[in-house]
Amino acid sequence: MTLIATESLTKTYGGGVRALADLTVAVEPGIIGLVGANGAGKSTLIKILLGLLAPTSGRVRVLGLDPTTDSAAVRARVGYMPEHDALPPDLTAAELVTHLGRISGLPRTVARERASEALRHVGLYEERYRPVGGYSTGMKQRVKLAQALVHDPDLLLLDEPTNGLDPAGRDAMLALVHRIGTEFGISVLVCSHLLGEVERICDTLVAIDGGRLLRADHISAMTSATDVLAVEVSEGTEELSARLAALQLPVRRDGRLLLVELADDATYDLILGAVAELDLPLHRLDQRRHRVAELFATREPSHA
Amino acid sequence: MPEPTGVIHDIGYQRYTGPLLGRRHVFGALYLHGLRTAFGLGRSAKAKIFPWLVVGIVTVVAAGVTAVRSQIGEVVMTYAQFADNMSWLVIFFVAVVAPELVSRDLRSGVLPLYFSRPLPRSDYPLAKLLALATALWLLLGGPQIVMFLGAAFTTDDGLTGVWNELLDLLPGLLYAGLWAAVFASVGLLVASLTGKRAFAAGGVVAVFLMTTPIVGTLSIMPSRTLNELAGLASPSTLVQGVGVWSLGDLLVTENGGAAHSLIGDFGPVYAAAAVLLVAGCVALLLARYRKVATR
Repeated sequence: MTLIATESLTKTYGGGVRALADLTVAVEPGIIGLVGANGAGKSTLIKILLGLLAPTSGRVRVLGLDPTTDSAAVRARVGYMPEHDALPPDLTAAELVTHLGRISGLPRTVARERASEALRHVGLYEERYRPVGGYSTGMKQRVKLAQALVHDPDLLLLDEPTNGLDPAGRDAMLALVHRIGTEFGISVLVCSHLLGEVERICDTLVAIDGGRLLRADHISAMTSATDVLAVEVSEGTEELSARLAALQLPVRRDGRLLLVELADDATYDLILGAVAELDLPLHRLDQRRHRVAELFATREPSHA
Repeated sequence: MPEPTGVIHDIGYQRYTGPLLGRRHVFGALYLHGLRTAFGLGRSAKAKIFPWLVVGIVTVVAAGVTAVRSQIGEVVMTYAQFADNMSWLVIFFVAVVAPELVSRDLRSGVLPLYFSRPLPRSDYPLAKLLALATALWLLLGGPQIVMFLGAAFTTDDGLTGVWNELLDLLPGLLYAGLWAAVFASVGLLVASLTGKRAFAAGGVVAVFLMTTPIVGTLSIMPSRTLNELAGLASPSTLVQGVGVWSLGDLLVTENGGAAHSLIGDFGPVYAAAAVLLVAGCVALLLARYRKVATR
């Protein structure tokens, strides 16, 4: 089943601002990273997926439903965590999440049970009986995540869940999102402007810029066969480069480094042999994974 | 990623397979939540002070009126007059509670959490409106019940006396309902325009009190028609105009003639204006939330 599918989706705001332009993408269930710079159209896309905004043109389907005509049915199966502050300071987390659970249609006692379960899953225990106003940013983000989970959705839309968190908080939040996506059986769409963050946890990556699709693919497809060896010699880089090229090895210069695509273990021997023959001082020879960022950088240099 | 296993508290995630309740239940939950919020229930002690102070005042007044009547036998105020006399308290109650119901949600940004749920966009403002109107009606009607009970237990005419009291009470409760509808719709609309509670409270008070001088000015103009229509300019006098027209001597006792001449033959105009005012405010409120929901 296709989780989210859009077809030539376009959204133009009143002032002529084009937030989405002819966006066509289809993703399968799993953890999906939606990356793009601020203003790339991520939040607009989420609002269209929730049926809060109507697209100017094009078609969209979420969980097989059309959010423009069937928004209540979509929203019943989707949990949304907004980017900005969204918590009334004088309610306790338990009260707020219970109340929002009831707004999702849960019966009273079920709402209370599921609220404390959801808060427990995001790591809030006794704190849940204190007013949200006194919470740290990390705890507030967890409450926002818990309220998105309380009605057991099939899809979570998380808008910048790591916003405002310190590095440890970011790791914890990403671990939580990863757990939700893998153990809870809930698909997750994570929005972020930090590619390095989402690529660690997602199966599928969708990159948009200026409302246009840059690329959408499985993360494995993006990173497979892209392992490279980084070779650094303190002199004679040019000669080594020429020698490796003569050995039929694809070589790229990257500053002081030579990047050689790693085919198999024989590649190591060829490089070491070449270095030894030229009698060059070898500083470094290590394996690097291609960062997804580099893929985008080479595809769309203007947006790197 | 860090290993997710080995987390001690994890007893696994439970999927929910039970039913999700329909729109009516969700509306009811939101309405009850609003009604509780209006009286500060489930909120901090600070939020309870003002609503219960007002409740205390109206109850004490009702008890005093009842006591005077049972001891001296003099009717200080009728049921409908009670609502009139408490109008300034109602204004302050609306000024505090309406921002509590809507401005707070606007300010804290919690609305996206509501509108990303199956809740239809119009249900949120309507549930809040109904909650505020109910709170106001309870505020004005509750003390009337106290007065009724006092009168019913001290009546000298047996069951007939109780029945007569009841016939006086019901129009009083209806009149309280009119106050509640007008004040709730105007107050909630004003409060929904801003997320700042102080501004919202000031705005509500301004709309209700600043319009009174207009009525005063119009009522001393040298035109009888203008004098009689002056009450339309302010929500309080508008409601009183409808009351004078529909309730007559239940509202206006001793100086009945004078009060009746205040609105002349324009009673139906007042009634139509009240209906239009409520309908207009509700329409604007719904339009306001259609816009807010897409933010």
